Amino acid sequence: MKMAGTILKVENLNVKLDDELIICNLSFEVKRGEVLTILGPNGAGKTVLLKTLLGIFPFEGKIEWEKGIKIGYVPQRVPFVKDFPISIEEFFKLKTKDEKEIREVLKLVGFKEGFLKKNLGELSSGQYQRILVAWALIGNPDVLLFDEPTTGIDISGEETIYQLLERLKKEKNLTIILVTHDLSVVFKFSDYVICLNKCPICQGKPKETVTPESLSKLYGQEIKFYEHYHGH
Amino acid sequence: MVTNFFLALISAIFIGGVAGYLGSLMITKRMGLVGGPLGHLALPGVALALVYHFNVFLGALLTIVLGGILVWILEIKTKAPMEALTGLVFATGVALGFLILPFSDEHQLEEALVGDITKINFSDTILVIILCTLIFLIIKRIYPKLLLSEICEDLAKSEGIDVKKYNFIYLASIAIIVAQTVRLVGGLLPVALIVIPALTARNISRNLFQYSFGSLIFGVISAILGIFLSQITKFPAGLLIILSGFLIFLVSIILKKS
Repeated sequence: MKMAGTILKVENLNVKLDDELIICNLSFEVKRGEVLTILGPNGAGKTVLLKTLLGIFPFEGKIEWEKGIKIGYVPQRVPFVKDFPISIEEFFKLKTKDEKEIREVLKLVGFKEGFLKKNLGELSSGQYQRILVAWALIGNPDVLLFDEPTTGIDISGEETIYQLLERLKKEKNLTIILVTHDLSVVFKFSDYVICLNKCPICQGKPKETVTPESLSKLYGQEIKFYEHYHGH
Repeated sequence: MVTNFFLALISAIFIGGVAGYLGSLMITKRMGLVGGPLGHLALPGVALALVYHFNVFLGALLTIVLGGILVWILEIKTKAPMEALTGLVFATGVALGFLILPFSDEHQLEEALVGDITKINFSDTILVIILCTLIFLIIKRIYPKLLLSEICEDLAKSEGIDVKKYNFIYLASIAIIVAQTVRLVGGLLPVALIVIPALTARNISRNLFQYSFGSLIFGVISAILGIFLSQITKFPAGLLIILSGFLIFLVSIILKKS
């Protein structure tokens, strides 16, 4: 396994959905083992960016994953499962038939085996999120794409979702790309941050990049302001 | 007569069971909206088949496929909401059906609207068994992929599942099964055979296995009940199958509460 090296290279990415420009002129690189966070207000194109990286949306520009890379995806929410009769075991079996692997990922996110027989609808939102993480871990991915981990809800044991990610990153040598609102996550957890509001507002190492000025640009002002800002 | 009864019973069991099983995948609003109208498109085909004396299965399949293509083209051309196009296609299908229905012949009218399974012959029964078994095996094989696409399309796509391809296979299966159901319940009611068993199974299932095979089983039970009741009462079997399904559904609601 390669320990360093660029795992993802994005150049001049533009995404248009129904003729509306959602992401403009975005370029960045991710190295193996890094944590990249994408910070930005609602409607800034963060989720669209993740889905474009997954190959779900069409785009212009370049997205280059390292060859043979395996990607796990944790969506923000899975709308239909709450009132649908499906056990956790059956949910995993939509992806793999390997029962040993199912037990392994379940343990990895901190659940006991008996949990498998539970119905997916019985879970709290925090537990549910962990199950989605475990689901993404099936197949041993190199990269985890995580849309808005919710913080502060349900901590079964003592571990928060970020401590879980931190541990997974170490144990599995994972590269993580995540979308978030949470500034403390950016500072504590990530190596690189992209402030996105359709166009990238700022990007770089968190401490140098996320400043009161850049935040007010990201959250406080209208798009017009950015155009002005880029004009200089 | 006894042979006819058994042919009808066997056909009803296969059609009812597989229709119920397929229905267990029609869980999202989007899929219901596409699958439902496919059922309604059968009526003009049934009418055509009765007027020109060819197989009702082929007649129904013909208009379902043509209608399905029409909906697909309309959606691309107009980008209108599926609900609206559904209404349009449903109304047009029913209007066309009534236009060509042979009103002078009461028995044919009844057959077109509510079906007449007792007329089924040996070779048609064999065809029903083969098609239903084939579709059941195909859908069972791709069930996890279809379900994942239904539950969360993004998750399915991130797994490299070609959602469009699998949706197409599913809708094609629905079309073939709906065309089969017209023998049983006529051109107006095929959707009931697809929807009711799954609704019933959902009420009392704790997991996916119970739900998917429950849908199949409830489809089979309704079919058997309907055929036997029809034998006793001489009412059309199709109507009694649907009413049996509805009664079982009611019981499932009571069981759900306890």
